[in-house]
Amino acid sequence: MDLSYTDEELAFRDEVRAFLDEKLPKEMAAKVAGRGELTREEMEKWHAILNEKGWLAPNWPEEYGGCAWNAVQKHIFEEECAFANAPRIVPFGLSMLAPVLMKFGSQDQRDHYLPRILNGDDWWCQGYSEPGAGSDLASLKTRAVRDGDHYIVNGQKTWTTLGQHADWIFCLVRTDADVKQQEGISFLLIDMNTPGIEVRPIILLDGTHEVNEVWFTDVKVPVENLVGEENKGWTYAKYLLTHERTNIAGVGNSQAGLEAVKRMARAEIHNGRPLIENPQFAARMAQAEIDLMAMATTNLRIVSKAAVGQAPGVEASMLKVKGTVIRQEINDLARRAAGPYAMPFPSEAVEGDNDPIGPEYAGPVSAAYFNNRKLSIFGGSNEIQRGIIAKVTMGV
Amino acid sequence: MNFDLTEERQMLQDTLRRFLSDKYDTAARNAILDSETGLSEDIWNGLAELGVIGALFNEDDGGFGGAGFDIAVVFEELGRAGVVEPMLDTAILGGGLLAALGDDAQKEMVEEVIGGALHLAVAHGEPASRYDLNRVETTAKAAGDSIVLNGRKAVVVNAEAADHLIVSARESGAVGDVDGISLFVVPSDAAGLTMRGYALMAGGRAAEVTLDDVNVPASARLGEAGKALPAIETAVAAANVALAAETMGAMQSATELTKDYLMTRKQFGRPIGTFQALAHRMSDMLIELEQARSAVINAAGHLESDARIRDMQIASARNLMGRVGRLVAEESIQMHGGIAMTQEYELAHIAKRITMADHRFGDTDYHLERFIALSAA
Repeated sequence: MDLSYTDEELAFRDEVRAFLDEKLPKEMAAKVAGRGELTREEMEKWHAILNEKGWLAPNWPEEYGGCAWNAVQKHIFEEECAFANAPRIVPFGLSMLAPVLMKFGSQDQRDHYLPRILNGDDWWCQGYSEPGAGSDLASLKTRAVRDGDHYIVNGQKTWTTLGQHADWIFCLVRTDADVKQQEGISFLLIDMNTPGIEVRPIILLDGTHEVNEVWFTDVKVPVENLVGEENKGWTYAKYLLTHERTNIAGVGNSQAGLEAVKRMARAEIHNGRPLIENPQFAARMAQAEIDLMAMATTNLRIVSKAAVGQAPGVEASMLKVKGTVIRQEINDLARRAAGPYAMPFPSEAVEGDNDPIGPEYAGPVSAAYFNNRKLSIFGGSNEIQRGIIAKVTMGV
Repeated sequence: MNFDLTEERQMLQDTLRRFLSDKYDTAARNAILDSETGLSEDIWNGLAELGVIGALFNEDDGGFGGAGFDIAVVFEELGRAGVVEPMLDTAILGGGLLAALGDDAQKEMVEEVIGGALHLAVAHGEPASRYDLNRVETTAKAAGDSIVLNGRKAVVVNAEAADHLIVSARESGAVGDVDGISLFVVPSDAAGLTMRGYALMAGGRAAEVTLDDVNVPASARLGEAGKALPAIETAVAAANVALAAETMGAMQSATELTKDYLMTRKQFGRPIGTFQALAHRMSDMLIELEQARSAVINAAGHLESDARIRDMQIASARNLMGRVGRLVAEESIQMHGGIAMTQEYELAHIAKRITMADHRFGDTDYHLERFIALSAA
């Protein structure tokens, strides 16, 4: 048992810090800290900076351009990026589709798509959820019917994150409706420029446009865009979901968030004293920090196990639940700390070149609080995660 | 002991509920949210015609209600429908202060408020005051026959739509002193008064108000010089009853929407409400909703009590509403899933109303602290 990083790990951390200090554009970090909406160009720029360094795809095997990092190094990298307010890596091509193609795709598909993902030539989005298929994903209804050299796709996907920017979508479609749900699903790659595709924005409760509906009407998809075998898509989808769970605990985000709350609580004055000295607020903040300290170690324990080759199983679900609960609590603390200045609508507070309405830190807090309610809903809701934990540990 | 509404209040509730269910659906409200003024004059006039504003004032002031339970009945309905029109600001705070402190000329404005013709905003909070009512840095200095106001006011709800602002300013004493605060009725187009307006997260609009050598006659003073704080506290007490009732009404909507959704939405071949993990949480929300209703009754029933008892009941209600409101807003969104995260779904707005109420006149922690202090006194 040794709770400290090794000398090699510390040296690696310093290397990451130096890189972020030098290469992460300051205005980009400020925008991330203030929860401004990043443009497609900004996200692509950050990808390109990482790609130039060779750090865009830490999880990829080296032969495809990945880093030879162990799990602890990956964790350090993610943590430092969160602390520095780096934009998050858009995961759809890099972390979701790529592992599926490496394992199940054809050689042609790998040769064509993987370099394009790395170089930012294609922006991918994910076509999984449907209006009637959320937690129960296998009940999806979007149909793909074989017609000569093509599939004809009809149906609707929803919650398609950043689909407004996408060149391509990877989709789960039903190719056989007469068998058990899970056995009639295929995994298709669809060019978003194909006639018959319509993207409709969904505006979230904080006024942001992150997600979309994607509608398919008689969309012709070449059969070579099928990944793996027809009707085996559910296997690939489950494989993808295990990769969706990287950085699931969000420890770095929580630590950065808690530091921000402390800065706010030092600046806010209540009854002539800084809010950080207020017993009620200080107690809430301490509870969150205590939970976070324990979770950081839980996370490292699980990560270290993976480092020596043991795959995390049920622990990933545990990290998802606890990690999101803690992040959401920190969002709640930030909202409270801002006081009446949490009330302005975020776009009024953070957009454009206007001066902030109240203190600068107050602008994004209520939007962050509402927006991050999604953390416990997406990527397998916390209810689904608890179900997995119960199933694995108790067999129920 | 009798927990039934009087016949008059029952009628008021029924009429108001009918009016809002006819006129104030999600689409109508979204149009109001997107509008420049952030409020609908049609709705406002409709509410005035129904007597809703009059119900918030007593007979001496030209109304036909004005008690804690009148306020509770009206605001529960406004909360159920997620109404964003600034009834709290024009009627409870602005109208309330005019009625309590006004001379004959100033009291005539109350009639105009009741008729729906006059909008008001109370400019009391300041950039550094948070929720502390006694922290006033804005100054009022006599200059000949007039008074000169200087300072900044923060998050003044309804300022842009208001015909008059009721501005607090210090005539004597140090920042934080209880004595020395006065109120002035200032026309919103007064020279030297500027506003930076913005939309609010939960609907409606507010402004940062700057007073730069604003000249008003001495007759603009509302009540006695330097003695306004108790009246401000009384008006805020009424506003807290209104906010608690509004939150409770919004929680009713949230629980109803969630209950309906749990029994209609099917996943894994059955309504998701039949999963015990969700059913029990729905039950917990319903238990807490009853607690919330009782807390509102306690607070409304003590609005006319002496200040310590009144404020203890109010602190208790607002603290409970903050805790229970958070539970209901978060659990309702969680059990709906993604759909509740979308702007066009009713619950998203309702959840924002519940949550953002915690940022007016003290949050959950503030009221806990107040309760501790008052109950130990």
